[in-house]
Amino acid sequence: MNSIIDDIRAAARQLLADGKVDVVIGYEKGSLPLKSTPCFVRSPQDADKLIWDETCENNLATYAAQTAGKKAIIAKGCDSRALMVLLQENQLVRDDLYIIGVSCPGVIDKNKIEAETGEIIEATITDGKVSVKGIACDKEYNFADVKDATCQTCRYPNPVIVDLKIGGSVEVPQSDFADVIALENKSDAERKAYFKEQMSKCIRCYACRNACPMCYCQECFVDCNAPKWLTGGVDSAENLLFQTGRALHLAGRCVECGACSRACPQGVDIRALSRKVNKDVKEMYNHESGISEDIKPALNVYSADDPEEFLVKE
Amino acid sequence: MIMGETKPYEPKIAAFLCNWCSYAGADLAGVGRFQYPATIRTIRVPCSGRINPLYILKAMANGADGVLVSGCHPGDCHYMSGNYVARRKFALIDSLLKHVGLEEGRVNFSWVSAAEGVRFAEVVKGVTERVAALGPNTGVFKVDGGGTDE
Repeated sequence: MNSIIDDIRAAARQLLADGKVDVVIGYEKGSLPLKSTPCFVRSPQDADKLIWDETCENNLATYAAQTAGKKAIIAKGCDSRALMVLLQENQLVRDDLYIIGVSCPGVIDKNKIEAETGEIIEATITDGKVSVKGIACDKEYNFADVKDATCQTCRYPNPVIVDLKIGGSVEVPQSDFADVIALENKSDAERKAYFKEQMSKCIRCYACRNACPMCYCQECFVDCNAPKWLTGGVDSAENLLFQTGRALHLAGRCVECGACSRACPQGVDIRALSRKVNKDVKEMYNHESGISEDIKPALNVYSADDPEEFLVKE
Repeated sequence: MIMGETKPYEPKIAAFLCNWCSYAGADLAGVGRFQYPATIRTIRVPCSGRINPLYILKAMANGADGVLVSGCHPGDCHYMSGNYVARRKFALIDSLLKHVGLEEGRVNFSWVSAAEGVRFAEVVKGVTERVAALGPNTGVFKVDGGGTDE
């Protein structure tokens, strides 16, 4: 890991010194243990703030479109897919973007650890082991056991679009939609109950939307007053409308970075919805978002023989 | 109605019809006097491609017992490809709504052309039967208006 950090810092320093970019978007150490925070480096001497480890969980593509000027960006596999979709959707200019690709072994699910140890006071990560000093107890974990759920099903840990690749590649794990299929195989009543339970946790803080690189609408439908899609109350049916509406807006665009579920303070299983849509998009239209510049977004194109099973039976 | 007699349950169905085909099909059913149940509330949209998934969700949230979405047959779109694009969207909406536990038959999709007045009446009859069999909307999207659960 250390050599990767050194290479990232060196690359950032060089890019800023040469004036090739105005800002390098990366990660710096956060104020809490096992948390990093996005960081915007604008001068070569600040490049040493940059870090790279298993806590670098934000999807930095979210910030790319919001940052003016020429920018370099540290991109994991999912970040690079998000950048690709944003480029396809004309939210970014390729010439203003310098992508520093880093292969990602996955990020830590801090909530999973804190569920056992209580609030984390101190933590260190060395050689695939996470040692945690918590309020309730101290514990050592294998990184693989506390890897975020999204990263466990990740199919693109290596960046798909780079200007500079740092470090080696990560082996691509085999993964299918086992979690979605398990839910699909349950009865309608069980699924209904599952989503009702999940949605009753949602407080509609919109952290999921804000963390999402694909949620860049100038005015989100949840903020719209005319028509008023959502009222102000807390109602699990309305929460479901919000989450379903959002999942459908992301159809054929979601890059499965899991930023939404990691941002969620309530632990809502947001991915249960987006993964289902992703699975449908893959099965019906053989499309995965953000993996190639040449492939058009699934909902922007059509074919004469698209499936029609949804039509009412007469 | 005689006092004490209960009115048979009649579902309310929000029908999103494309201007060029299904709306004209509904018109033809009217002109031709083909009878169909007065359960639908027609909302005319310029094209089935105009239909935002939120229209369907919001109709359910506001208490519609069912939704019917209808446009031109694929290949016949007034705007060439609107319904092709819509078709991809509809397939995903249909699948996701069933996944989250909305009863099958609440939200219905069909293609009805401007020449199919008889068929339009048949579709509405069929959809009304399906929705009526499910009963009033107590579904996952129905907002009770109290602003809180239960």
